[in-house]
Amino acid sequence: MRAGRGPRSGPRPARPILSVMDPDGELLHRLRSGDERAFVSLVERYHEPMLRLAASFVPSRAVAEEVVQDTWLAALRGLEAFEGRSSLKTWLFRILVNRARTTGSKEQRSVPVADPEPAVDPTRFGGDGGWSDPPEHWIEAAERRMEAGKLADRVRAWLGELPARQREVVLLRDIEGMSSEEVCTVLALTEGNQRVLLHRGRSRLRQLFEDEFREVR
Amino acid sequence: MKLLHRRDLVCQQAVELVTDYLEGSLSRSARRRFEAHLAGCPHCTEYLAQMRETISLTGRLEPEDLTPQMREEFTDLYRRWRSEQQ
Repeated sequence: MRAGRGPRSGPRPARPILSVMDPDGELLHRLRSGDERAFVSLVERYHEPMLRLAASFVPSRAVAEEVVQDTWLAALRGLEAFEGRSSLKTWLFRILVNRARTTGSKEQRSVPVADPEPAVDPTRFGGDGGWSDPPEHWIEAAERRMEAGKLADRVRAWLGELPARQREVVLLRDIEGMSSEEVCTVLALTEGNQRVLLHRGRSRLRQLFEDEFREVR
Repeated sequence: MKLLHRRDLVCQQAVELVTDYLEGSLSRSARRRFEAHLAGCPHCTEYLAQMRETISLTGRLEPEDLTPQMREEFTDLYRRWRSEQQ
């Protein structure tokens, strides 16, 4: 259920997404009727993404793992009551976020959305607002390095360095492929704030790509 | 001589509209203004292409596989839940 509005970056590359091969209704049926393979493949698909998301709410990897374990148990226990008003995935991530928020609530949460944060360093523009230090080309170089399998780890590390709220939105939108509506549901955000966080997160990542390939030359 | 229209965008404004543009959340007139700016600005055109590339590259991160041990743990978790059900 992608938003399907406006221009996007093209179709996502194929990967064995459970919900594609296995619509929620079918999967739910298999889960409720005792098909343990259905559960393991659900875990297979979402465990890592849930860990990554949980990690941005809680202080350590160990705590994140506990939160995710709890979420799986809570999901199994809630399975009978699940009515399918949202997708299974949205429901699962919502349970996770609620648990992670409760667990991580002592931690000081990051910068409010209202603080300005320009997409591009203002010193790269002249007095007329035009580029004085325009973006350098890096797309082809990045593609080559990604295809050689030498970029993914860097990108993972950069994601880890984003402010938590930006990271959460980027993870769900650009890695999990959720629609903006689903992300708003999972993270309890307004559309507007979701977009601001997405914009800042993506803009920071773009800058990191540019920096990475500027250093290479 | 091209007059700078009062409502014309400058680059510094255009880069802040990229996500709204990609999300399809600009008004029609704002979208036209954004596209008009791109048509005359190779740097912002490049910038937009880089934002699309950023999204695409980020989207190619794959979840890491479960270890066999975790697979076993989750199979157990499910079996325990099933036995609670009965």
